[in-house]
Amino acid sequence: MSNIQTQSAEKPQFYLEEDHHPEGSTNLGFWLYLMSDCLIFATLFATYAVLGRNYAAGPAPADLFDLKLVAINTAMLLFSSITYGFAMLQMERGAKQETLFWLAVTGLFGLAFLGIELYEFHHMIHEGATPQRSAFLSAFFTLVGTHGLHVTFGIIWLVTLMVQVSKHGLIAENRRRLMCLSMFWHFLDVVWIGVFSVVYLMGVVG
Amino acid sequence: MTTNSTSHEDAHEAHHGHSHGHEAGHGSFKSYVTGFILSVILTAIPFWLVMGDVLDSKVATVAAIMIIGAIQIVVHMIYFLHMNTKSEGGWTMMALIFTVIIVAIALVGSLWVMHHLNTNMMVMSPEMMKNLP
Repeated sequence: MSNIQTQSAEKPQFYLEEDHHPEGSTNLGFWLYLMSDCLIFATLFATYAVLGRNYAAGPAPADLFDLKLVAINTAMLLFSSITYGFAMLQMERGAKQETLFWLAVTGLFGLAFLGIELYEFHHMIHEGATPQRSAFLSAFFTLVGTHGLHVTFGIIWLVTLMVQVSKHGLIAENRRRLMCLSMFWHFLDVVWIGVFSVVYLMGVVG
Repeated sequence: MTTNSTSHEDAHEAHHGHSHGHEAGHGSFKSYVTGFILSVILTAIPFWLVMGDVLDSKVATVAAIMIIGAIQIVVHMIYFLHMNTKSEGGWTMMALIFTVIIVAIALVGSLWVMHHLNTNMMVMSPEMMKNLP
């Protein structure tokens, strides 16, 4: 009887010592952050859905969007998603150099995406399609710009982690950070599916 | 003492097994490539539909874009974000379901309210109707 009591008394003590739980709660906490970020994008999508056809006699999506450029942009983000996946697989193998290599490739694809997007924005603004022109363009620049800003911060985070990994190696802390950035990066790709479907493709269809 | 050590052993094994299950949640080379190929196909179809002007009806094209986009989001969730009903004791799935409901309310509610606001805002003459963009 006393034996059983000591056993049941010792068990919770062991689980408290376990250092796995903080990591688990990091994943869940970061997931909750992503879900709240999802709500930001939902409000911006709702704004675009409401205002997206108010052109104020200005340019319409069919006049502005170059779908070939958008297709290339989508490919860049998709490539960066799978190369980040390869980085995670190398991280699990404990291969530091290979992880850094795939992270660098991911960063380059991310930069290519940003470069093409900035070129598109520059082109539109040059043609007079500025955010001030119509409600459609205000909603467009807010939604697509917020996504681009997320990608920018993702790249800054990626470079920071590359420095961390090259300095300290694939320690538990860096693995946790890489896991969080992985979720963030793939989440941005999910948001981009919504952007190219709702804004670009449905905009051009009319 | 012996019971103590075995319970430790069991707990360690359970912990180990758990972390293995966790690593499996990170995905394998095969699952990443599967997700990538599915994504490429699901991206190419809507772009082809719009750029090639394949379907005659606009409604059908928009419906196809929406459905394929939704499928691709699910593909990304499973193969890249490794969503399942078991991770974190099901709490990630709970958070996701909650978010999807809120997102649906925000989108449908905004469109519904603003549509009615638009149609009820002003009495329009037939001339004004014709000049609508």
